[in-house]
Amino acid sequence: MACTFPMSFINYMAREINCKLVYYGPGLCGKTTNLQYIYERTSPDAKGKMISLATETERTLFFDFLPLALGEIRGFKTRFHLYTVPGQVFYDASRKLILKGVDGVIFVADSQIERTEANIESVENLRTNLAEQGYDLDKLPYVMQYNKRDLPNVASLDELRQLLNPTSQPEFEAVARTGVGVFDTLKATAKLVLTELRKGST
Amino acid sequence: MVNPQMVMYEEEFNQIQAVVDRLVRDANAKVVFIVDKNGQLIAAAGDIDNIDTTSLASLTAGNIAATGGMAKLLKENEFATQFHEGEKANIHIQLVGNRVILVVIFDSRSSLGLVRLRVKKATEELNHIFESLLKKVAEPGADSPFAEITDEDIDNLFND
Repeated sequence: MACTFPMSFINYMAREINCKLVYYGPGLCGKTTNLQYIYERTSPDAKGKMISLATETERTLFFDFLPLALGEIRGFKTRFHLYTVPGQVFYDASRKLILKGVDGVIFVADSQIERTEANIESVENLRTNLAEQGYDLDKLPYVMQYNKRDLPNVASLDELRQLLNPTSQPEFEAVARTGVGVFDTLKATAKLVLTELRKGST
Repeated sequence: MVNPQMVMYEEEFNQIQAVVDRLVRDANAKVVFIVDKNGQLIAAAGDIDNIDTTSLASLTAGNIAATGGMAKLLKENEFATQFHEGEKANIHIQLVGNRVILVVIFDSRSSLGLVRLRVKKATEELNHIFESLLKKVAEPGADSPFAEITDEDIDNLFND
């Protein structure tokens, strides 16, 4: 049975709420680039160290991690822990582990036509891996990002939408390398997670 | 089954902090901290000003998750204890009640034997505390500060 509990950690003592967001998507779609941009553009007092467990060729091996402090809600500090998964197909065991305790998912799609199949496979893999952990993708805060919109050989938005986002989740066009759409995607996901928290507590 | 939401109240936090504070002294440790399996730091004690506890918490959880994944492949339940020996610092990692992780960082002023002994006792105490915490969280009517937040509250977070 699917479980829809929010996994966030509410600490009444420290007056903090901690949430976990995971960037998912096929290899080289720009998950790490999203995090790097957020890291570069966030003031030092609002972020922790960014950790990347990567191979020598800078491919994500296990995960990237970036802790962010967003500000206060009703006297509670809101902290978001951003994680990426390794996109390469054969790292599936690691991807499953990183989804544990997730509060919200951002799917980063690679808009290039030749990556269409990889995108579809990755969305399906996300759904399967979440189900294994007892989550239902349709009940989780979930945002779609169409990345690399600046490249010449991209699929049309309509096509991507139809293939990857049939349930019309919030979606954003992005160029993560230059930051286009990166914060819009993050904010939309954070909002969904906080809204879900409110629902979960009533 | 997915674990329910983790909530920390003042009463249990103080109990946990007391165990962690005592463990630093009893084990001659440099730093002791507790992380949940999702990588959220719960409590820390010792020389914590000079280390990045947030990063350590996340990496510890990743480490335990990876080790748990290996255990599963070998049809083991869990590998509850891990020990990493460095030139100066050593790390002892202990899974508590399959829910939280107790981490002890120590140097040559202590020994693995002493740390193991003290961790064993602390683990029992922590098990009791987390059990009662979980019962409390499962009780109906536990109020959440998020029941009353408005769209405006959420929007205000992003007005920078």
